[in-house]
Amino acid sequence: QNKKLKDVEISFPIVYGTISFWLGKKASEYNSHKWTVYIRSATNEDLSVIVKRVVFQLHPSFTNPTRVVEQPPFELSESGWGEFEIAITLYFHSDVCEKRLDLFHQLKLYPEEDAGPQSTKKPVVVETYDEVVFPEPTEAFFLRVQNHPAATVPRLPPGMTLSSPGPMELMSHDKKRFDTKDHSLSQWFSNFSEADELLKLAAARQQVQAHIAKLRRQLSMIEGMPQQSRVI
Amino acid sequence: NFPTSKGSGRVISWARSGQLRLPGLDRVFPGPLTTVFPNPGSVSPRESSRHPPCRGRKTVRTLTLARSTGVPVLLRPSSMDAKDILGLQKTSFPSAQEKKPRAPKEPQRKPDGVSREVYALTGGVGMAPLMPTIEASHLKRRPAVEKEKVAWQWLPFTSSARTDNLQLYHWVRVVNNVPPTGDYDFAKYNTKVDVLKYTDEEYEKYLTEPTWSREETDQLFELCQRFDLRFIVIADRFPTARSVEDLKSRYYSVTRALLIARARSFDEVAGNPLVKETFNAAHETERKRALSALFSQTKQQERKDAEVLAEAKRIMESRAANKNVEEAGAPTSLPNAAVPADGVSPLSNNLPSSAATHPAAAANTSIPDTLRMLKVYLRTHALDQMVQAVTASAGIRMIKRVDQTLQDLGVNLKPKVPTKAVCAEHLELRNEILTLLNIQKQLQNKEAEVLANRESSFTEAPTTPKRSNRDIDRPFVPDMAGFGGERAVKRDHKRKTTGRFDAPPSPTQGKRPRKMKASD
Repeated sequence: QNKKLKDVEISFPIVYGTISFWLGKKASEYNSHKWTVYIRSATNEDLSVIVKRVVFQLHPSFTNPTRVVEQPPFELSESGWGEFEIAITLYFHSDVCEKRLDLFHQLKLYPEEDAGPQSTKKPVVVETYDEVVFPEPTEAFFLRVQNHPAATVPRLPPGMTLSSPGPMELMSHDKKRFDTKDHSLSQWFSNFSEADELLKLAAARQQVQAHIAKLRRQLSMIEGMPQQSRVI
Repeated sequence: NFPTSKGSGRVISWARSGQLRLPGLDRVFPGPLTTVFPNPGSVSPRESSRHPPCRGRKTVRTLTLARSTGVPVLLRPSSMDAKDILGLQKTSFPSAQEKKPRAPKEPQRKPDGVSREVYALTGGVGMAPLMPTIEASHLKRRPAVEKEKVAWQWLPFTSSARTDNLQLYHWVRVVNNVPPTGDYDFAKYNTKVDVLKYTDEEYEKYLTEPTWSREETDQLFELCQRFDLRFIVIADRFPTARSVEDLKSRYYSVTRALLIARARSFDEVAGNPLVKETFNAAHETERKRALSALFSQTKQQERKDAEVLAEAKRIMESRAANKNVEEAGAPTSLPNAAVPADGVSPLSNNLPSSAATHPAAAANTSIPDTLRMLKVYLRTHALDQMVQAVTASAGIRMIKRVDQTLQDLGVNLKPKVPTKAVCAEHLELRNEILTLLNIQKQLQNKEAEVLANRESSFTEAPTTPKRSNRDIDRPFVPDMAGFGGERAVKRDHKRKTTGRFDAPPSPTQGKRPRKMKASD
């Protein structure tokens, strides 16, 4: 069960970021915005399948700047006036990974220059898409998450068999399952689609390849030129 | 005509003579235009030492100086004048001062033997050190050999190093009338080589050699004895022409054989270096030949050698680096392809083309070691590492151009949705751009070559103008409608594609007879 599966990469697409609201009339000099920092699955599934707890490290001017969140949804709400970098540390379950993973996000309270007067209704949202990759998962881990919606699990390479066939319910969380599909802030979540980016990349590659071919032709033309114009 | 007084508030009338008259006072003060200097003689040092320094000047302070400005300045009445006017006592404490100074004056008097100025400069202290600076005990102690009588005499001497009877003299240190005994001090440095002498029967028994006659061997040994084994000289003097190595090998083999023959057992002489090591004439010849070849190398050869060595070093290093990274396939084949079969120039030609294809292959197969060690990582981090790996091999300038091209193509330098597929595509695109840039460079070089050749063989100016680097580097400049630069860029774009086709017609030009150039 502890055997590592080589060349089997399990990845979890995640989104992390901040949403901040201007407090409007209730805003004071030291408390102008209320904001939430969070990390969620990109498809709003339950991340606690791999994440044991998340630690948010805030600016030292906050009391108890180290905030630990042990249950999903992995988020933290606060209020303040300043923008700073928040460190988000993921701690995984022991069968997933012993090492922690650090992420960093810059809290943004104020909108871009030309946004006009602030509104209490429209928040400033900054989200980053990424993927947590486990390059050599253990068999146990694999079996546990292979059907989980939050995970991207590849097909096993041909010839690889697992010691115990079929999915196994190894870990049963007593915690209530919490995904972020019906989250209060879910209306502000961005939708990250790889299709756009893939299309653009494919188009760019085509252009480049065409150009390469053209240059290669030109190069061969010069090289095929008669002797007088070339150094012997 | 009255000048206004500034701030004094009183009306002061100027008498015609230029003197100032203060109302209510018959005292006449000197006018503003007269300048008064304190008479240096009037303030003697004795006086100044007797009174506090400012005193001396107080008497002249009322005479304010206007010499530098040349502008008539109203003389400001000083406190002295005020006291004068009011009839107060001028000097507040002269009487108290009179009695005191006699006593304190003495220590202040300058010491004799020192000029007044120097004394004043140094402040009167630190003139003589309080402690003597040179301790008698620090001085070198004279040798206690003062009881004996030492004399130096000019005496004759003999040296065991001399074989003639030449009488030489030198200075000798004679102690208590006893001249020193013993050999001349430097005779011990007269080392001599023990050149063995063989008897006839020894020669017959051990030392015969087909290429050497008895006479020659005798001559050799005689010369060796005479010249202390200086073979260069011996070779010069040798009657028949023989090389230095030849002479050396004959001498050493003879001596060796002799030693072994004369020794009662081999072990006795086994320690003798003559026995232990044999002279390798072939090696010596080769060594000398190589040295002279190296010495007579031309600058060209030197440079070539250095180049080849540097190349070899680089290959060794890249081999070592590759071993560490444990990459299979493409990257390791790179140094293999690059090992020069002959010369350096094929090497430099191979590298760009192989570099163009290899990074593409390498990126797919190689995962940086730093990544492999991680149990968990972010996709963006992985992408960063791969890009950095390419940067390391391609160079920062290349990478900047790649980034610029990506921007021109409308692609994010860092993907917004870095999924596995997107990252892979991104890397592929980067590699393809690298390839593109390399080919562009190749093309540029080739064109420059052609241009250079054409300029040297033909007199007319080349029709294809030099392209600026700017548009070479940016093949995908985005459409900037309305900008002036657009036209310039587009024009060169066109030329880039069609310009090359001017080249083929050139062979016809070659058939025309050459015009004489002024430089010919």
